[in-house]
Amino acid sequence: MGEPSGAPEMVPVVDRPGRIVVNGDPLDWREGMTVRDVLKAKNYIFPLVITTVNGTLIPRGSYDVAVVPSGADVKVVHLISGG
Amino acid sequence: MSTTTPDYTIRTNYTDNLEEMRAAHKVLLEVPFTPSEPQRGYNMRSLHIDLTNLKVTEKKVTQEMVDTFVGGRGFGLWHLWNATTPTTKWNDPENEIVISPGPIAGITQYPGTGKSIVVAISPLTDIPIDCNVGGYYGPLLKFCGFDALELQGKADREVVILIDGPRGVIRIEEAPLEPADSHICSEIFTHMYADGPADLKNVSVVSAGKGSDHSLIGCLNFSFYDAKRKAARLKQAGRGGVGTVFRDKKLKALVVRGPVIKADLNHVADRARIQKVGSVINKEIHDLDAQQCNMKRQGTAHLVEVMDAYDLLPVKNFQYGNHPDTKNIASWVWDKRFTQGIPDGCWYGCTMSCSKGADGHVVKTGPYKGDIVTVDGPEYENAAGLAANCGIFDPDWLLEVNFYCDTYGVDTISYGTLCAFAMECWQRGILNAERTGGLDLSWGNAESQMEILHQIARGEGFGLIAGQGIRKMKQIFAERGWGDLKLMTDIGMEVKGLEYSQYQSKESLAQQGGYALTNKGPQHDEAWLIFMDMVNKHLPTFEAKAEALHYFPLFRTWFGLHGLCKLPWNDIEPANNAEQAEPAKVPEHVHNYCEIASGVTGLEVTKEKIIEQSEKVYNFQRVFNLRRGYGRREHDWPPYRSVGPVTVEEYESRAERYDKQMLEEIGVDPAGKPVEEKIAITRKYREDRYRKLCDAVYKRRGWTTDGVPTMETITKLGIAFPEVVELVQKNGG
Repeated sequence: MGEPSGAPEMVPVVDRPGRIVVNGDPLDWREGMTVRDVLKAKNYIFPLVITTVNGTLIPRGSYDVAVVPSGADVKVVHLISGG
Repeated sequence: MSTTTPDYTIRTNYTDNLEEMRAAHKVLLEVPFTPSEPQRGYNMRSLHIDLTNLKVTEKKVTQEMVDTFVGGRGFGLWHLWNATTPTTKWNDPENEIVISPGPIAGITQYPGTGKSIVVAISPLTDIPIDCNVGGYYGPLLKFCGFDALELQGKADREVVILIDGPRGVIRIEEAPLEPADSHICSEIFTHMYADGPADLKNVSVVSAGKGSDHSLIGCLNFSFYDAKRKAARLKQAGRGGVGTVFRDKKLKALVVRGPVIKADLNHVADRARIQKVGSVINKEIHDLDAQQCNMKRQGTAHLVEVMDAYDLLPVKNFQYGNHPDTKNIASWVWDKRFTQGIPDGCWYGCTMSCSKGADGHVVKTGPYKGDIVTVDGPEYENAAGLAANCGIFDPDWLLEVNFYCDTYGVDTISYGTLCAFAMECWQRGILNAERTGGLDLSWGNAESQMEILHQIARGEGFGLIAGQGIRKMKQIFAERGWGDLKLMTDIGMEVKGLEYSQYQSKESLAQQGGYALTNKGPQHDEAWLIFMDMVNKHLPTFEAKAEALHYFPLFRTWFGLHGLCKLPWNDIEPANNAEQAEPAKVPEHVHNYCEIASGVTGLEVTKEKIIEQSEKVYNFQRVFNLRRGYGRREHDWPPYRSVGPVTVEEYESRAERYDKQMLEEIGVDPAGKPVEEKIAITRKYREDRYRKLCDAVYKRRGWTTDGVPTMETITKLGIAFPEVVELVQKNGG
C-alpha cells in the first residue's frame, strides 16, 4: 500500500448558460434568483451557514434580497454542529 | 387576555418513606477529611475509595501529572492505567470508575463549564471508555477538595458513598431500601443528605438503575437540583457501560454535598480575563441563539429536521437518511413539549441553557405506569436513535423510552442502535417471534422496544441478549445458527464493541474515519466532519481529511481535559465568524478557551498549546488500547453499513448518487449492470478509500501504518514512560 493518492480537487464548471454552481454542483438558474432561493433549492436548512457569491461574502440578513447572477459560483459553507 | 402557565412542579412524589429508608442505613465507614478549595483550578489531591476493604485514601496530584494529563479525562486515564493490569476485566475488583472534573470545571462566568469525565474499562469494548457528563457532581467534588475520585473494589452489599464537604466527612453507608432507579433514588438521596430546602442545590447524586444490573450498556446519571422545578434532574455519562461497572461494585449511589456556589471557588489566576470573554459570549447567546441553533428553546433536538434534510438522519438501522414522518419528532414538536422560560443549565452560569425537560409526562408502561415524571430531553441522539432509527415516529413513545432508559441507567445511544439492529434482523428473518420470546420487532413497533427495555431491567427474556450489545448479539445469533455472520457484521453498527451514535456517515469518508478511528469507539464527540466533507466539499484529498481528523479530535479532547461542554464552542457563533479565515473552527471561541484556561490556571494557553495538551492524552489513550490488546489498524475497521450500501434496497434508495460515483470516480459504466454487481464494485472502491484514509490519518498523527504511535511521537509528547515505550516497541512503533 503506497502513499495516499488523494482525490482530484473539485473544480466548479458552469456547463451551460442559465446555470450556477453551488458547492461544486450545477443548479438551474432563473432571473432574479436570490441567495434564499438557492438555499431553498438545495434544501439547505441548517442555520449556521456562510455564503459567498463569486467570492463575495453575503451577510445572512441579506439572503432574501441578494441576487445571484447567471453563471455564479456559490459557496455555502456549513459550520460544524451536533453532538 | 390571560395565558395559563402549566405547573411544571407537578410530579409523583417519591420521598414519603425517606425516614424509613434513612433508618435502615448502617454506617460501614466514616472518615474525616479536611475540605479545601482549589487554587487556580486544582486541589492537587485526589480521593481513592476501596470498596472491598472499605478504605479511603487521599493521593497527591503531582505537578508532573498536571503537566502531562491536565485533568478530567487525562487524570482518569492515568489513574486507571495505574490501577489496572493489561488483563483486568471490566468486572474485576481492580477496575476503577474515575470521575474527574478538570481545572476549569466549576467557574460560573462562561457557559458550559460544569462537566466531569468518567473513565473505566468498558464492559462493551474491553478498553478505556470516557464519558463527558454534566450535572453538579464533578464541580461539587472539586469544591470539597478533590480533583478526581477513584472507585475501586467491590462492596459486599448495596452502599452509598457520601462526601460531605461542609462537614468534612466521607461516609460509606449500607443503603438497602432505596430503589436503584435513578429518577427515584436521585430525589431521595438529594433530600436525605441536604441540610434543609436551601441546601438541596448543593447536593448531587450519581446513580444507575436496574437496567445497569442486567446489561453491558449501563449509564450513570449525574443529578443537578432544579430549583424552579423542585426536582433532581439527570445528565448522563452514557457510553460504554460505566453504569454496569458501577452496579457491579454494588454502588447504589454517590452523593456529594458541597459548599454554596460562589463566583470564585476555583480561586483563579485572573478572574477579569475570564469575565471579559464570558460577557461577550453571553451576549452572543442572548442576541443570536434564536436565529442560529435555538438551543435555549430546543436543545440539540433542533438538529432532527436538519439531519433529515441532509439525508443524515439514521432511519431503520442506518439504511436510509430521511423519512416523511420526521416531522412528528422534529424540533417544533419539542419546542412545545419542553417547558419554556425557566433556566435549564446543567451548571451555574450556563446561558446556553439547553438541558431541556418535558414536564408532566404520564408514564404508560412498566413499574411506574401512571406516575407523572419530568423527562430530561429528548436530545437529538435520543430522537434519532430511539425513534427514527427504529422507524418509530411518535413523540409520546419517545418520551416514554427516553424516561425509562434514563431511570433504568441504560445508554440511549447504544439502546437505540441495538434496537435498530434487532429490528433489521427481524426484517431479514434472522429473528422471529420464537427467538424473541414472542416480541414482534417490526419497524415502528414501540411497544416491543419498550418491552425489551423492561426485560433488561427485570433481567429476563430477549432483553438479556439485547442488553449485551450488538457485538455479542451477533455472536449469539451466529452461534445459534440464526443468521449469516457476514451480513450481521455488515449491518451491526458497532466498532470496537461500542454502538454507533446517530449520524449517517455513508456519504462522508471523513466521518467514517471520524467514527471508526476514535480511541473509545464510534462516538461523534471526537469529530463531526460531515458538513465539512460531504456538503462543503472542503476536504477533497486524503491529506485534507487526515488534517481534519488530526485537528478536530484533539481540539475536542481538550474539552474533556478541562471540564468543559463542547456546545458553546460551535452551536453558537459570533456575528462576524463568517469573516474569519477558518470559520469552521470558530476562531473567536478558540481564543476564549485560551483566555479562560489561562485565566484559571495562570499557565499561558495558546491555540497551539490546546493541541499539545490533548495530543499527549490522546496518544496515551491509544497506547492504553495497545496495552489491552487492541489499538491497531484491525480495530479501526468499520461495519460496511457505515461506509456504503449493503443491500439492494439501500443501493436503489440512492441509485443516482452511487451510479454517478461509479461512472465519474470509479470509471465503470453502471449501465446494464445488476444491482448486486454494482454493490460489489462500490464496496471495493469505498473500502479501498477507507484504507487510504487510514494511511493518511496514521501518518498525520505520527503513527505507524498499523496505527501505533511511533517512538518519535511518544518521545516528542513527553509520554515515553517505560511501559509505554515497551508497548510501542512491541507493536512496531
